[in-house]
Amino acid sequence: MGKYLLQRILFMLLTLFIIISITFFLMKLIPGSPFAAAAKLSESQRAIMEAKYGLDQPLPIQYFRYMANVIQGDLGISFQFSNTPVTDLISGRIGPSAMLGLQAMIFGTIFGIFLGVIGALKQNTWIDSGSTLIAVLGKSIPSFVFAALLQYFIAVKLGWLPVAFWRGWEYSILPTIALSIFPISIAARFMRTEMIEVLSSDYIVLARAKGASSFEVAFKHALRNALIPVVTVLGPLAVSLMTGSLVVEKIFAIPGLGEQFVTSINVLDYPVIMGTTILFAALFIFIVLVVDVLYSIIDPRIRLSGGEN
Amino acid sequence: MKKYSLLLVLMLALSVFLTACFGGEDADESAGDASGDDNAAEETESDAPQELRVIETSAIPAMDTMLASDTISFTTMNNVMEGLFRLNADQEAVPALADGEPEVNEDGTVYTFTIKEDAVWSNGEPVTAEDFVFAWQRALDPESGSSYGPYLMEGKIAGASAVFNDGADPSELGAVAVDEKTLEVTLEKPISYFTSLMAFPTFYPQNQAFVEEQGEDFATNAATLLYNGPFVLDNWDGSTDGEWTYAKNEEYWDAENVSLEKVTFNEVKDPQTAVNSYESGEVDITSKLSSALVPQYEGDPNLVTWLEPTIFWVKMNQTNEALQNVNIRKALAMSIDKQALTDNILNNGSIPANYAVPKEFVTHPDTDADFREANGDMLEYDLEAAKEFWATGLEELGTDTVELRYLGGDTDTAKLTDEYIAEQLETNLEGLTINLESVPFSVRLERDESLDYDLQFAGWGPDYLDPISFSDLWITDGGNNHMAFSSEEYDKLLKDAESTFANEPGKRFEALQQAEKVLLEDEAAIIPIYQRQANILVNEKVSDFTYHFVGPEYSFFPISIGE
Repeated sequence: MGKYLLQRILFMLLTLFIIISITFFLMKLIPGSPFAAAAKLSESQRAIMEAKYGLDQPLPIQYFRYMANVIQGDLGISFQFSNTPVTDLISGRIGPSAMLGLQAMIFGTIFGIFLGVIGALKQNTWIDSGSTLIAVLGKSIPSFVFAALLQYFIAVKLGWLPVAFWRGWEYSILPTIALSIFPISIAARFMRTEMIEVLSSDYIVLARAKGASSFEVAFKHALRNALIPVVTVLGPLAVSLMTGSLVVEKIFAIPGLGEQFVTSINVLDYPVIMGTTILFAALFIFIVLVVDVLYSIIDPRIRLSGGEN
Repeated sequence: MKKYSLLLVLMLALSVFLTACFGGEDADESAGDASGDDNAAEETESDAPQELRVIETSAIPAMDTMLASDTISFTTMNNVMEGLFRLNADQEAVPALADGEPEVNEDGTVYTFTIKEDAVWSNGEPVTAEDFVFAWQRALDPESGSSYGPYLMEGKIAGASAVFNDGADPSELGAVAVDEKTLEVTLEKPISYFTSLMAFPTFYPQNQAFVEEQGEDFATNAATLLYNGPFVLDNWDGSTDGEWTYAKNEEYWDAENVSLEKVTFNEVKDPQTAVNSYESGEVDITSKLSSALVPQYEGDPNLVTWLEPTIFWVKMNQTNEALQNVNIRKALAMSIDKQALTDNILNNGSIPANYAVPKEFVTHPDTDADFREANGDMLEYDLEAAKEFWATGLEELGTDTVELRYLGGDTDTAKLTDEYIAEQLETNLEGLTINLESVPFSVRLERDESLDYDLQFAGWGPDYLDPISFSDLWITDGGNNHMAFSSEEYDKLLKDAESTFANEPGKRFEALQQAEKVLLEDEAAIIPIYQRQANILVNEKVSDFTYHFVGPEYSFFPISIGE
């Protein structure tokens, strides 16, 4: 196990390095100037600005300088937010995004798994059709439509919850629901299919024969085996939820990472683009590892090893 | 039981996480805010609470006056800080930190400002002439990364260019502290709008001792800033903060005329969300409405509108052979029905522009007549004339087909506008093919600079209250010309305006009007399309809402809240 983890971590660092390098060069291919006032600056003024930020250097030199800084933990200073280190920009905005993502993940997974299990247990009844309908709607309605409808009816028309902003827990309820619709549908769909398959396997028949109640059979014996494919999908989904959704953050005016990341690409804020990419990639790679470890916990038949034996 | 305890653990974990998220100081704050939102506490008082809630479209990018280059930063500075002058509701520059109008020498090149005795920083220190000299020199230091410093000072303040480009000693800048309260500014040439330039935040003072003491932390949050304006930033954690507040500055020299106690700002990027939070009573002033939302508020007493001095036009790149022909240019310029564009596609109160210097922007210094009055409309939509010019142009070129690349923006409004214009041109001018390319803003700027386009949809908003803000765009080889336009007559008229008539504001103004005539009537150098209208929702209990044409967008301190 230890050897396996070490090997995995080395590969993770390599992957991260490749992602950083590719993003760096791709980003520099986008035409345009990162200076907001570029249109108003004279050529000599702009040349002096570029020299100040090291943008006048050849690309390979910029790259090596950047990599050297990253290794020392320095992600640079934002162009669009003058004077602000990228680490501050990310840490200042990751809170709301991560919190919404986590809440949506917890709520979405639990509710989705529940829907899937119910659907499988009551296969081909109206309950099953109902839970499938919710799953299909959740997958097919674009989140900006769903979020906008939630905001309009629950907040503007009924006035039950705040329209937007980020001032307390009640402000997170609507965006959480809007975000969780996707994990709900994913979890429900996978869960139902897997559950049906598992429920028809021999050991379930045995459990039933031994007199276990159907509740016990479903949640104690079947659920664990049916969870494996769900965990595979939910891992990466968790990362994308926690790193912020552009649409939901925009509609509910949440000061999160998703919005900031997209804006930084639009205005060519190089250090912020790179910093955010590094964070997302690192999180993603880490979660993939966690998912693999989780496998062995959920299903003892899966053994993690270095690949020998 | 087992299930319940799991739930309990989850909820506990969540609540710990929650406290972390809204953590510390903010948690207390949000409790206070919640009761404020309900208005429960305030409504028992007889007077309306002097609190205002406003939407901005972005967080504050910068609070260091020399680094700022965007409207939201400038607007914040305009309300929590102050320069020698400020703009009032009539778009006039009025003395602020300056104790009355400055003394000006005979050539109009040396301004002597006296600073108000009672002007103080929020740490109690007086605002001195030295503070201005320090801030300006700092903005010109190539190492500082200021873009608006060199942009606004080069060519205007004596010595600015030498300091920024040639590494001259900062003391060579023509801004000198004669004594503690007297600032002497030497200009490279007379500038008739110089006092309005002094309202621009880049020219605000900074307290040297404080800036140096804060070092890299300076201006990164509310605590590492000094204020000398009507408000102070009360709660601002830096550029990542999506919500910030002003509190009244009791030390401000004119504090008795400021009635607002608190202003709360929220970052909202989605225009529909802005309107929704306004409709549900959570904010008093929205950001500018996007054009799709305007029609539903037409006639609403809370809709405040004004014509912005921002013009959109199509640039014609004269390195293209066809576009070198003046008849072709005139034909293109006169074949677009602009009225239909503003009425049906934009539908936000914007008006067709048949000019290159906006309407309701500047007036004649002697007669007070609008810039537009002398020249009126030029290059109006006239299909007959356009077709004639087209035929003549084609004949001179010896061809019957012309193919042009049209470079446009990638926003929704830009795409609709560009498609309309391309369609009008192709339909109205036989043998013309337009190839539309929609690109992001930064790409368009780069292609503008390398003249990599034939036609380009672009816009311009001014930085100072003077027609020259628009006129000097089109000087031969000018920094923003980028379309190979060159007219000796135009250049001469601008040179006259800037030197010969530098001290005769009336004649100078007329020379610029004449130049506009040359630009459009004689040369048809650009195709003016429309002048934009701003639309914003302001709750009717808010009085004296004040907007500006250049630099900072709004002043909040004149506002009071009625019942």
